[in-house]
Amino acid sequence: MSDGRDDPIRISFTLNGEPTTVEVSPSERLLDLLRYRLGLTGTKEGCAEGECGACTVYLDGLPVDSCLVPAYQVRGRLVETIESLDPEGMAHYHARGTTQCGACTPGVVMTAEWILRHRDRLETHTVRELMAGNLCRCTGYDGIIEGIEGALEDREAG
Amino acid sequence: MSVLLPASLAEALETLAADPDLVPMAGGTDLLVHWPQHTELHERSYLDLSGVEELRPHRWETDELVLGGLTTYWDIIEDQRAWNELPLLIDAARQVGSIQIQTRGSWAGNIVNASPAADGVPVLMAYDAVVVLESTRGRSEVPLSGFYSGYKEMRRSPDELVTEIRVPRRAYDVQIFEKVGQRRAQAITKVGVAVTRSDAGWRVVANSVAPFVCRCPAVERILEQGTEVRGSDDLLPAIREDVTPIDDIRSTAEYREKVLARLLYHDLLDLCPSFG
Amino acid sequence: MLRREGLSKLTGRERYVDDLPLEDFLWGATVRSPAARGRISDIIFGDGVDWSEFVIVDHTDIPGRNAVYLMEYDQPALAPGYVRHVHEPVLLLAHPSREMARRALREVQVIVDVDPPALDFRTLPGPDLIQYGENNVLKRLSIQKGDVERALGESPIVVEGVYETGAQEHVYLETQGMLAYLDGEVLVIKGSMQCPYYVVKALKPALNRSEEEIQVIQTPTGGGFGGKEEFPSMVALHAGLLALKSRMPVKLIYDRTEDMVATTKRHPSQVRHRTGVDENGRLIAQEIEVVMDGGAYLTLTPVVLSRAIIHAAGLYHCDNVSILGRAMFTNSVPYGAFRGFGNPQAHFAVERHMDVIADRLRMDPVELRRINMIRDGQTTATGQVISDGVDRLQIVDRALALSDYERRRREHWVRNPEHRYLRRGIGMAAFYHGAGFTGSGEVMLDSRLHVEGNPDGKVQVLCASTEMGQGQVTIFTQLASDRLGYDPAEISIAEPDTHRVPDSGPTVGSRTAMVVGRLVERACDDLCRKAGVEIGAPGALVKEAIIAWHSAHPGERLLGKARYEPPPGIEWDEENYVGDAYGAFGWAAHVAEVEVDLRTYDVRVLDFVSVQDVGTVLNETLARGQVQGGVAQGISWALLEECVWKDGAMENGQLTNYIIPTSGDLPPIRVEFVEFPYEHGAQGAKGIGELPLVGAAPAVLNAVAAATGRQPTEIPLTPERLMALLANGDR
Ligand SMILES: Cc1cc2nc3c(=O)[nH]c(=O)nc-3n(C[C@@H](O)[C@@H](O)[C@H](O)COP(=O)(O)OP(=O)(O)OC[C@H]3O[C@@H](n4cnc5c(N)ncnc54)[C@H](O)[C@@H]3O)c2cc1C
Ligand code: FES
Ligand code: FES
Repeated sequence: MSDGRDDPIRISFTLNGEPTTVEVSPSERLLDLLRYRLGLTGTKEGCAEGECGACTVYLDGLPVDSCLVPAYQVRGRLVETIESLDPEGMAHYHARGTTQCGACTPGVVMTAEWILRHRDRLETHTVRELMAGNLCRCTGYDGIIEGIEGALEDREAG
Repeated sequence: MSVLLPASLAEALETLAADPDLVPMAGGTDLLVHWPQHTELHERSYLDLSGVEELRPHRWETDELVLGGLTTYWDIIEDQRAWNELPLLIDAARQVGSIQIQTRGSWAGNIVNASPAADGVPVLMAYDAVVVLESTRGRSEVPLSGFYSGYKEMRRSPDELVTEIRVPRRAYDVQIFEKVGQRRAQAITKVGVAVTRSDAGWRVVANSVAPFVCRCPAVERILEQGTEVRGSDDLLPAIREDVTPIDDIRSTAEYREKVLARLLYHDLLDLCPSFG
Repeated sequence: MLRREGLSKLTGRERYVDDLPLEDFLWGATVRSPAARGRISDIIFGDGVDWSEFVIVDHTDIPGRNAVYLMEYDQPALAPGYVRHVHEPVLLLAHPSREMARRALREVQVIVDVDPPALDFRTLPGPDLIQYGENNVLKRLSIQKGDVERALGESPIVVEGVYETGAQEHVYLETQGMLAYLDGEVLVIKGSMQCPYYVVKALKPALNRSEEEIQVIQTPTGGGFGGKEEFPSMVALHAGLLALKSRMPVKLIYDRTEDMVATTKRHPSQVRHRTGVDENGRLIAQEIEVVMDGGAYLTLTPVVLSRAIIHAAGLYHCDNVSILGRAMFTNSVPYGAFRGFGNPQAHFAVERHMDVIADRLRMDPVELRRINMIRDGQTTATGQVISDGVDRLQIVDRALALSDYERRRREHWVRNPEHRYLRRGIGMAAFYHGAGFTGSGEVMLDSRLHVEGNPDGKVQVLCASTEMGQGQVTIFTQLASDRLGYDPAEISIAEPDTHRVPDSGPTVGSRTAMVVGRLVERACDDLCRKAGVEIGAPGALVKEAIIAWHSAHPGERLLGKARYEPPPGIEWDEENYVGDAYGAFGWAAHVAEVEVDLRTYDVRVLDFVSVQDVGTVLNETLARGQVQGGVAQGISWALLEECVWKDGAMENGQLTNYIIPTSGDLPPIRVEFVEFPYEHGAQGAKGIGELPLVGAAPAVLNAVAAATGRQPTEIPLTPERLMALLANGDR
């Protein structure tokens, strides 16, 4: 157990497949750790209140808003960010207009890819419901939904 | 600020007993909202529950579902038995924020955060859930319907943790959850209601219409007694007895009251012979 | 062609201002006014932080004129002792730790001796509220055609209506942000913006610096929608002041709440219509009054008002039209540019009003529109003769066909009485939007653009137009590669850097593809001329010629240049608002189908069809995305988005409480283009960015009217408002 005021906490976790050890301050969010200290600026901040999803990362394989995760909570766990995804997988999103300004995009792609990896959830949920935690002000969502549907069909076939 | 990182429940309870000012940190989906701006919160001390593994799992007993103190919405969404047996848990869980919130937010956090708009609370209350509180002093059980006493006031002392939420397994012939927010997904509830009927009788629980989520005994009485209801306005007197909605930035008292009546009326019309 | 920067956005590699690597810098923060109006009597610095660690800037640190200049010098960069709206900037702070900067914000107390604020733009102010001119009128404009008074007197039927729209926040996903630092004696500004040269224009007088001493560079911009048209000048100025005083790099990034409560928004409006019609539905007279809330400073309000009144009569022909426009000063946050620039407000009123007229005449609203829709040879309210050959009725018909309008309408008539609480309706709106700057605006901008041929034969477009998601980089690449016969990979678009690129005007007003895109083409032609190769020659020859030119002129630059030239025959009388307001108009029709839940008064859009003439479609995917995004913003302006005000302050400055739609709130938006090329636009393109937003709100509300039989006149039509409208409806 760590103790004491404002003492940094040393944590080890797996970040995009790599073992990582850092000292974090008790008030540090996972989002800030990733962006400002580990140089992973693909994860964006759009609201700091869990609404926009621009800060979406995977924690133990599940999508979470990294603006709401205290950095110390990732000790011993798996964190994956947009930087871990294979650029090859982006073709459908690219072709269907999934991104415009790009500010929501990394978060959108993280949730989208999660859906692709867990397509059995589509037995109970629609793509639109699963994407509701990623606000986009540019696309009206059609480009996003069509990009995911394209990728779903494609990977089904492949 | 500091944070303590217990690795077991015993350690967590001892730590909390030593310093009841510690704020338990579960999924952080309430505590970390606008965190950077709330610098005053950075001066407090926290008790991180995320390392207390034994709080996370939920289990099915013969006559109840037991949620752990860290069980998340997503844990339940992933459990097919919950879809079959206690579908309102699913209805509520999938309407809490978005998937990113559901994977982090806990049922216990929803209860202790004590927002009048909480969505987990009304369905649990409509299922007669019981809150299990533990401290180094021992363990106590409080029915959720008696847990709150005022806005953000509840029967939990600072040294207690919610370690379990016990939900009876009963046969229900009515199970309804309605949530009305400012948009269809990821919305704070403006008015909501959960309704169940089992051998134990009718339960009507409303949220966002009072300082805390509460049962509506006057409405329940109408249902139990089969009092004639000829339109949604007939429910208004009972609703006014049960709840005290207010105007705020999200809606108005008038809207909340009226919509609660209309939801109840229309949703029960086909289920209650006394409704016409 | 695929979006050029698409992959780097999709993989998170695109670097926005807050993503740039930076060391040894300060975080800026802005101390703001707590009151809507009054004299600052004191500023108290609490003892919760060590102030010696901070750089503090107030209005006395401004070397030049204390103003954020664009149209006038009225808006101070930092309040000089008197504040005119809540959240007006008063002081700037900077500290190496962002946490400390945020703590410090809580430690400063600005004490204001409050004067009574003017908060309602609809009523004329009493003497104690007057703060601008004689009566708080920021701008008055008028359009007169024919004799409205007489014509109204002679009309057998006169239909009146008052329509109101609320403020709308842009909610670009990337908040405002700037970085400022000194490079030798040059002040470098990098950040999120639409118009780098507007920033230069604002910084010059305030900082007393020449254009050479200010370098403004646009970083990838996460959405703008008009919100990064004029406001970034303020952020840049603040970051610059802090950097100058501290002699250190300063990063100033707004939090979401700060961005929502303190930056510009769409102008609230109230529009009155009095319309004379005959029994057959023919328009005889249109008397229209447009009143807008300008907020506490001018920003671009006169231009917004201008666009609103020019479009206020709708795309109809009428011989007698009177339009009066007025923008009022109030003590609220300044309203500014927002996609559509006044036209959405104008069209909400006129297109809602057309349905109200049709209802009064017991006429099909589509038929009423058909009868009056402007035909080639007829004139708009400003007397502009429309002769573009666009088949406007075809656009309407196509939208009706795609949406299956007639069949759905009949289905609703059958279904609605049968359902206990669900009511469906379908509604349409026809509308138009002038592309580019109004009147002689484009001439005044005098836009310039260069295309440079490099020694290796590759080509770079140098312009100040910016990419903010709308696709400018892709479109300009396409235009240049088509014009030169080049592979797109051999074309690059220079970073918008005011020390490198000429001023090609602001990236606003749906002008970029049409107007600036045309400059790309002409600069490409000029490049060919200078390289000594025929215009239209195959790319390989052009490339060879460029390489050859460089061997003949070592060390020199080969620049193809273009400068704006107005299309022939355009005449505009700015004094009297008569003539050709725009070189080209985009025309469109929307059809919306909605379902109203009478239990909750919730309106859900079930289907949305948009048919648009934007001239030649340069890139189908990008164009569709513009339409869908614009429609989405229009739908949510109509139904969801509401700024809640308390004493002049926005109370719901969080994404939890200011509601924009999620993917679950919108239907698929079905888009079709009908192409009527515009000969003076790049490859025949007209503006596209704003048009789709313009007609969305009236289409949705017309559908609600069809579903409920009531006539809503105010947006956002929240469930609470709809409940009031339907009061004493069914059980
Ligand atoms: C964007 C967003 C959308 C949301 N939407 C909804 C919604 O639609 N409906 C809804 O109901 N809620 C919503 N919420 C709130 C919500 O996620 C929760 O209330 C959640 O259930 C809290 O759980 P947590 O584990 O994250 O709690 P935390 O934030 O960790 O804690 C919440 C409170 O509970 C206390 N606490 C937590 N666990 C325990 C325990 N075991 N014992 C004692 N005290 C404890 C904490 O000290 C704190 O006071 C939303 C939140 C966000 C950010
Ligand atoms: S920044 Fe985390 S959800 Fe918006
Ligand atoms: S692409 Fe701009 S917010 Fe989604």
